[in-house]
Amino acid sequence: MTNDSSGDVRLSGISKTYGSFTAVHPLDLTVPQGSFFALLGASGCGKTTTLRMIAGLEEPTSGTVHLGDQEVTQLPPYKRPVNTVFQSYALFPHLDIFENVAFGLRRRGIRSVKKQVEDMLDLVQLGEQARKRPHQLSGGQQQRVAVARALINTPKVLLLDEPLGALDLKLRRQMQLELKRIQTEVGITFIHVTHDQEEAMTMADTVAVMNAGRVEQLGSPTDLYENPRTTFVANFLGTSNLIEAEVDNKTGGEVVVRAAGGKLVLPETRCSAPTTTGGKVLVGVRPEKITLTHADDAGEIPTARNRITGTIAATSFIGVSTQYVIDSPVCPEFEVYAQNIDRDARLVPGAGVVLHWSPAHTFGLDAAQAIDAGVEEEAAL
Amino acid sequence: MDTRQSRIFGTSVNWLRRHFVVIAGLVTLGYLLLPNVVVTVFSFNNPKGRFNYQWQEFSTDAWKDPCGVADMCGSLSVSLQIAFWATLGATVLGTMIAFALVRYRFRARGAVNSLIFLPMAMPEVVMAASLLTLFLNLGAQLGFWTILIAHIMFCLSFVVTAVKARVMSMDPRLEQAAQDLYAGPFQTFIRVTLPIAAPGIAAGALLAFALSFDDFIITNFNAGSTVTFPMFVWGSAQRGTPVQINVIGTAMFLVAVLLVLASMVVSNRRNRHKA
Repeated sequence: MTNDSSGDVRLSGISKTYGSFTAVHPLDLTVPQGSFFALLGASGCGKTTTLRMIAGLEEPTSGTVHLGDQEVTQLPPYKRPVNTVFQSYALFPHLDIFENVAFGLRRRGIRSVKKQVEDMLDLVQLGEQARKRPHQLSGGQQQRVAVARALINTPKVLLLDEPLGALDLKLRRQMQLELKRIQTEVGITFIHVTHDQEEAMTMADTVAVMNAGRVEQLGSPTDLYENPRTTFVANFLGTSNLIEAEVDNKTGGEVVVRAAGGKLVLPETRCSAPTTTGGKVLVGVRPEKITLTHADDAGEIPTARNRITGTIAATSFIGVSTQYVIDSPVCPEFEVYAQNIDRDARLVPGAGVVLHWSPAHTFGLDAAQAIDAGVEEEAAL
Repeated sequence: MDTRQSRIFGTSVNWLRRHFVVIAGLVTLGYLLLPNVVVTVFSFNNPKGRFNYQWQEFSTDAWKDPCGVADMCGSLSVSLQIAFWATLGATVLGTMIAFALVRYRFRARGAVNSLIFLPMAMPEVVMAASLLTLFLNLGAQLGFWTILIAHIMFCLSFVVTAVKARVMSMDPRLEQAAQDLYAGPFQTFIRVTLPIAAPGIAAGALLAFALSFDDFIITNFNAGSTVTFPMFVWGSAQRGTPVQINVIGTAMFLVAVLLVLASMVVSNRRNRHKA
C-alpha cells in the first residue's frame, strides 16, 4: 500500500480568486497515499475552498490538481474518484438511510447494492436504521451516514469538510476516534478540513496550518506544536508566551538574547529568525514548560535555566492543572500551566514569583511579524 | 342573584373560558364550510319552478342525471380541459422561472422578480380588458386557445411563488453532494432537485388548477363563443338554476376532500412506517 501512489493528491500552483478577493494564494501541496491530512485554519482562511477545488466543486483560477498520475483539474465532480463528507452532512432528505448510502453505487450503474450497503452500514454501526429517514437520526448517526455514503464508493481520497462541527464536545471526541479507526481500517487518503486545532492534532498525521489563503506551516502535530515558525502558528496551535528580545551574542549553538534587562538562552536550531547581534527576535515558550517558584525560594533554581520575575495576576484551578497569569516586565500576561502535584499554597494572586524553564524548550521567531497573529482566531472558537 | 344562581353562573363562565378556543375554532370552521353544506343540501332539492333557492323536497333526480341540462356537461368538459392544459403549461414554465430566479444571477433579475408578481396584484377586470384589446389587435380568433393563453398567464405568478419558496429553502449542498456521488447534471436534477422541489411544484399546480377552473372574469372577456363552466353557471343564474349545478359543485368538493384525506392517510402511514 505504501508503494502505491494512486491516492496521492498533488496540488501545483493552485489558486482561487473571486473578483478582487484572493481566497487561496498559489499553493503547492502533496498529500501522500494513505495519510490522514488536516487543513487547519480559522474561518475564511481558504481551507474549504482548497478542499472544494480537490472535489471539483470549485474551479481553480490557476494551477493543477493531480490524483496519482491523473490530472483532474478539468474533470467535473461526478467524474472524480473523490468523495466528500459535507459540513452538516447534506444527506438527501427524501431518501432513507439505505438509499442515501446506495446513491453513489446506483449512479455508477451497479445493480446489486444490497450486500455492500448492509456491510457499510454495519461498519458504521447503523444496520438497524437502514429504513429511517435522515431527520429521524441523531447528529452523530447522521454524521456516520455521511461517512458511509462517501466511503462505500471506495474513493481514492475522502474529503471531510468540518465533519464534526455540528456535534457536541463529547460526541466529537468519540467521532474523532471513530474516524481515525475507519481511516486505519480502509487505508484511504483522508483530507480533513477543520478550525479546531485539537481535532487536527488528535487525528491527523500531517497538519497544514492555513492563514489568509496561504499555508503558514506544514508538519506533524508535534513538530508544529514544538517548533512553530510563525507567530500565527505559535498562537493558533495552543498558547505561546512571546517575548520581544534583542540578540546579544551567539556561542556554541546557543543564542543569548536580552529582554527587559534579563538574559534568555535558546538553541540556534530552534530559531527561525536571523540571529545577527543587535537584531530583534521574538522568544517563545509554551505555558506547560514553565515552572513557577515563589520569590522566597529563588535561590534553589538551577543557574542554567531561563528565568523571569513577576507577580501572579490571576489563577484558575481546573483539576489536573492550575493556570496562572503572571504580570512580568517582559510580557504583561505570561501564561503558566502547572500540574497539580504538590501545590504551593503561597502561589496566590499578588505573590512575587520566578518563572523558569529549560533553554531547550525555548523557540525564536522573526520579530517582523505581528506578535498576536492567530490569537483572536483561537479565542473565537 | 342568590348564591345558587351565582354558582351556576360561575361554573358556566368557567366552562366557557376553558373551551373558548375549541368553540371559536368550531364557529370559524362552520363559517368556512356552511356554503358547501348549502350547496350539497340543495343538490338533493326538487325545486318548483326554475330557481333552486328554496327547499321543497328531497330528491335524487339531479344526481341520477347530472348531464340532464343542455350544454352544462359540455361546458364542464371545456373547463376541465382548459384547467388541465393551463396547469401543465403554467407549472412547467413557472418551475423553470422559479429555478432561474433563485439559482442564477442575471441582469434585470430584480426587475423580473418584481414584475412576475404584477399579475397577482393587478385587478382582474383590468387584465381581462387589456388582454381582449391585445387579442383583437392581433386578429386572434377568440375561443379555447385565447382562454388557455390567458389562464397560463395569470396562473404563472402563483406557480412561481410556490416553487420559489421551496427552491430557496433548498440546501445547495444537496446537489453538490449528488454530483460528488457520480450523478451528472441530469441525474442530479431527476434524483435530487426535482423530488425535493416536488411539494412546492405540486402546491403550485393545485393552485393553478383551482384558479383556472374557477376563473370567470378574464375568461368571460376572452372566450368568444366558447362557454366554460363558470360562464354557464353565471348565464343560467339569470334564467334559472338547475339542480345539476349543485351536483357538480358537490362532486368537486367531494373530490377535493377525498384528495386531502388520501394525502393525509399516505403521510400518516409513512410516518408510522418510519417510527
